[in-house]
Amino acid sequence: MFSNHKYIAFETIVIREIRRFGRIWLQTLVPPAITIGLYFVIFGNLVGRRIGEMGGFQYMEFIVPGLIMMSVIQNSYSNVVSSFFSHKFQHSIEELLVSPVPNYIILSGFIVGGMARGLAVGTIVTLMSLFFADLEIQNLFITITVVLLTSIVFALAGFINALFANTFDDISIIPTFVLTPLIYLGGVFYSVELLPPFWKFVSGLNPIFYMVNTFRYGILGTSDVNIVWAFFILCVFIVILFTSCLLLLRKGTGLRS
Amino acid sequence: MTIAISIQNLAKTYANGFEALKGISLEVEQGDFFALLGPNGAGKSTTIGVISTLVNKTSGSVEVFGKNVDTHVYETKLDFGVVPQEVNFSQFEKVRDIVMTQAGYYGLPRKLAAERCEKYLRKLGLWEKRDERSRSLSGGMKRRLMIARALVHEPRLLILDEPTAGVDIELRRSMWEFLTEINNSGTTIILTTHYLEEAEQLCRNIAIIDEGRIVENTSMRKLLNELDSQVYILETTSQIPPDLDLKLEKASLEIIDEHCMEVTVSGGLSVNEVFAVFSEVGIKIDSMRNKTNRLEQLFLSKLEGND
Ligand SMILES: Nc1ncnc2c1ncn2[C@@H]1O[C@H](COP(=O)(O)OP(=O)(O)OP(=O)(O)O)[C@@H](O)[C@H]1O
Ligand SMILES: [Mg+2]
Repeated sequence: MFSNHKYIAFETIVIREIRRFGRIWLQTLVPPAITIGLYFVIFGNLVGRRIGEMGGFQYMEFIVPGLIMMSVIQNSYSNVVSSFFSHKFQHSIEELLVSPVPNYIILSGFIVGGMARGLAVGTIVTLMSLFFADLEIQNLFITITVVLLTSIVFALAGFINALFANTFDDISIIPTFVLTPLIYLGGVFYSVELLPPFWKFVSGLNPIFYMVNTFRYGILGTSDVNIVWAFFILCVFIVILFTSCLLLLRKGTGLRS
Repeated sequence: MTIAISIQNLAKTYANGFEALKGISLEVEQGDFFALLGPNGAGKSTTIGVISTLVNKTSGSVEVFGKNVDTHVYETKLDFGVVPQEVNFSQFEKVRDIVMTQAGYYGLPRKLAAERCEKYLRKLGLWEKRDERSRSLSGGMKRRLMIARALVHEPRLLILDEPTAGVDIELRRSMWEFLTEINNSGTTIILTTHYLEEAEQLCRNIAIIDEGRIVENTSMRKLLNELDSQVYILETTSQIPPDLDLKLEKASLEIIDEHCMEVTVSGGLSVNEVFAVFSEVGIKIDSMRNKTNRLEQLFLSKLEGND
């Protein structure tokens, strides 16, 4: 029919996703900005001054990259999980399922929609951080690449969560019980150099730890992890999650009876 | 003649073990206006679900314009549009956005999408509502919105699952006119309905489905001819001889008891002729009731036959 059908369909999904979180900005953009802003004030500014240095930097400088990353992770995830589940809940997902849009386009559309929100909040948080710390980005390429890849990983994870979710509880369980602990223990607030060997080892099993540290490396030029290894892990996660999503979509898990 | 849709031995057993379709076969020709009639739970929506890929079939095959829906997913999906039984658009989106988004899913370039969107929203009387959130529409408007949405890519086959449920009489008539117009312009239409009048008004061919089986598949005209026959219940004062035989080609007789019988009289034969035959053999009629009530009656008898 139309040669660029797939592109038009993709664009349609992305625009609809962006319009959705734009329409409800009071729920999607403002709360994360406020939360992270409070972290800046309380941990960075008030408590941070007493902490002194962390990983060779002032505490404020140390946590800014971590907090930016935290906002990207949480918002990429939560945009996809709530949007996709809401389409499931309202049955409007059927519009897509009945249409000739291929699964990989459906998936990519939602992923890019989630990234858009993750990056929008990430940008807001970055701008806010300028009031608290002077950051000079050491390696722009690494900084941007790791944010994009991380955003993809968590958008994909949110998609899987939404596929399996049957109730609104199901879309808050994983963020609360899995995502948040992993983020908090992922080196956002401290350097693993502070930890005893055993916990240092455990931190190494947490993928978020690599993402946060690589991002911190891009901005500050220092990291607790091997950067190449971190990128490798990110890519492996993306491949595994993307493939799983496609398989689940093909099977119709949670979508077709 | 091109076949718009061909369903072969379609069976569906849901995850809970319920057998919703027990092997149905159907063919609908291009240009047809086809009714799928059946009571609640017959399997109408399940059938449509399988065609539109929302329901995974257990066995059987579906072809749309000669192409298998499993192997030619892309082409077959472009060829049909579906109006579901239940509302399935986002309640938070605006009327126009819903139709425009659908157009995007079918790859329509923006300009063409905007034209089609306006065309169909106007035709369905929703243009004034284009900037309202779909949630604020009335039930009948929501249904029309789903029709506009299904038409925006101008499919060759339009499938409607109870399009007029919960729609008032006036609106139903205008919807009928609209569907007839669409059909006259070449679109094949399949609709499911509980309203027998609706099938009679609109459709050329009909299948009756019950408990996951097709119990009748014929032309509307034949069905109506069958309905032409009348069944009378006659009570007699004199005893009916058990071996009574009506010497009439177009009437048949069933004796219920000594004083009661059912006579089925086909089109063209007058009741007087029947009475004449009775008086010849000396049977006196005490009272007479008309039993049949056209389509409803036939509908029920077909379904009984399925037990
Ligand atoms: N997801 C499901 N899981 C289990 N059983 C189902 C499911 N969906 C439908 N059924 C059953 O399958 C049967 C057929 O349902 P279907 O919706 O196809 O009927 P229908 O002919 O469309 O009825 P109605 O006129 O009420 O819409 C019903 O008995 C229904 O309970
Ligand atoms: Mg139904």
